[in-house]
Amino acid sequence: MPVGLQSALNPDAMGFENLHQFFVQASENWAQRFAQEHAPFLAHLPAPLGELAIMLACCVIFVAVVPLLPLGLVLAERKVSAHIQDRVGPMRVGPHGILQTLADGVKLIFKEDHIPREGDKFLFVVSPYIIFACSFAVFAAIPFGQSILVSNLNIGIFYIMAISSVVVMGVIMAGWASNSKWSLLGAMRSAAQLVSYEIPIGLGILTVVMLVQTLNMQDIVKGQDGIANWIVFRTPFTFIAFFVFFISAIAEVNRTPFDLPEAESELVAGFHTEYSGMRFALFFIAEYANMFAVSAIAATLFLGGWHGIVPAEMLPQGGILGFVLRAITLGGLIGVVIKTLLLVFVMMWLRWTLPRLRVDQLMNLCWKYFIPISFFNILGVGIWGLIFPTDTLLSIVISVIVIILGLIFTFGVLGKSLSKGPSNSAERRISATT
Amino acid sequence: MELNPQQLVFYLFALLTIGSAVVVVTIRNIVYAAFSLMVTLFSIAGLYVFLQADFLAATQVIVYVGGILVLILFGVMMTSGSLDLKLKLERGQLFWGGVVSLTIFGLLLSVITNTPQWENVDIGASQEPTTRKIGEMIMKEEYLLPFEIASILLLVALIGAALISRKEVRDE
Repeated sequence: MPVGLQSALNPDAMGFENLHQFFVQASENWAQRFAQEHAPFLAHLPAPLGELAIMLACCVIFVAVVPLLPLGLVLAERKVSAHIQDRVGPMRVGPHGILQTLADGVKLIFKEDHIPREGDKFLFVVSPYIIFACSFAVFAAIPFGQSILVSNLNIGIFYIMAISSVVVMGVIMAGWASNSKWSLLGAMRSAAQLVSYEIPIGLGILTVVMLVQTLNMQDIVKGQDGIANWIVFRTPFTFIAFFVFFISAIAEVNRTPFDLPEAESELVAGFHTEYSGMRFALFFIAEYANMFAVSAIAATLFLGGWHGIVPAEMLPQGGILGFVLRAITLGGLIGVVIKTLLLVFVMMWLRWTLPRLRVDQLMNLCWKYFIPISFFNILGVGIWGLIFPTDTLLSIVISVIVIILGLIFTFGVLGKSLSKGPSNSAERRISATT
Repeated sequence: MELNPQQLVFYLFALLTIGSAVVVVTIRNIVYAAFSLMVTLFSIAGLYVFLQADFLAATQVIVYVGGILVLILFGVMMTSGSLDLKLKLERGQLFWGGVVSLTIFGLLLSVITNTPQWENVDIGASQEPTTRKIGEMIMKEEYLLPFEIASILLLVALIGAALISRKEVRDE
């Protein structure tokens, strides 16, 4: 093992500060630098191949780590749903059932891999990989720390949008190749939903991009040092955009209340009805990876990414203490993960609390509410940018005051209209039964 | 001939583009043709990346794969019976198709041969963001008017589509 790499992997030998230094150094043009300094054996290869090798290694780490996320998230989902419904959830495998997902995974591996005889074999086999690959490729551009990201793309967030728009193709492919009416209907619904909700998501991202004037994920994070600089609070419009973005993101990952493509009471399981065993597991993993990715993007764009509540210069630099304090104030790798998991928890919470929307309600919500609101946000951020070309204390104070007044107004109006009681007969019937 | 890795990647993408494009026009099954088109559009995006046009590459994927191709498939699947449609080639189509493609090929050939100098782009040499340049060209400099005209054109198309697809309201 090269000496540099060894000492880098052993924090005690170099001290925590050096490790931090190592990561910061590696962040700029890191692949090249890393190849030169820490892996001299790669110097024998032509330069691009050496860089390629390092990048591939990084990808392998991601592909190895990310499937472990669903392992935890599936269990979390089951436990959250159980506690919301006053149950205990899986308890048998391991203490408090923590090994349940592992057992399920083993079961899925040994299940029969069934391909419908009348289906299209080739596309049936290929489509899970397309969805899987796309949901993993998204992770390449999400920064989990100052230097923890696979590729610091100049067009970061735009790349993420492009890659996640390809998922629709995989879904349609799966639905068509299964040659089953449930699958095809699910795929059609999914395509309509994904294409529609991509617009509010794109416009929400545009709101942020207009404010920070860059597409680079790292640059978006760099301006958000300290909670006052988090993009959600920087203007009232980005505050609205955050909620529109997050709700649309829930629709984009096909979760309740927007899980029409796989509505089990109508379509069995939607586009992956015919899939079994490991191929089904791929869809499953992709779904949870998507959930995590979308939450991580929301955390990065709006909630400060790896910047915490307290500005970085106010915390002690380096050392264990600095690291722990950063984590507590929601900064650094641990901070991103905490924020992301909080958003994931909100998604689970919504899933087990709200009923599913109808197709027309789904489309109305997108086209008649979210898209006009998003356009309003874009206009607002544009005007805001003209009034406050740079962020000052004044602009942040005004923004926070407007947000608070807006919240009071909204909840006041909403509260009044709700306290009048349900307006139409269907709602009254529901409230009568409960 | 010795290939360096860049050339290797380039030829890989070029081969993928042409190969999948050939599949698009020769295959009988319309759904397969659409999925093959996806590979073509993707590898063209790869070629854009190769030309350091990262923004263009992402736009290519987002517009063509995520938008237009999905709409094509959506249209095919919405129209009943067209899923199992076997595409047939007739002699007249072959003739006119040949004329059109030969004309385009000639045009491309003349552009290629008349371009005075081809510059070799060194990959990784320039790290200057392309987006800034694109933004300035479109919003500040000479392309502002064409950009606005294109946006109005798209808006007109959007309103037209909404008008056509909505339910007819009868005059009382």
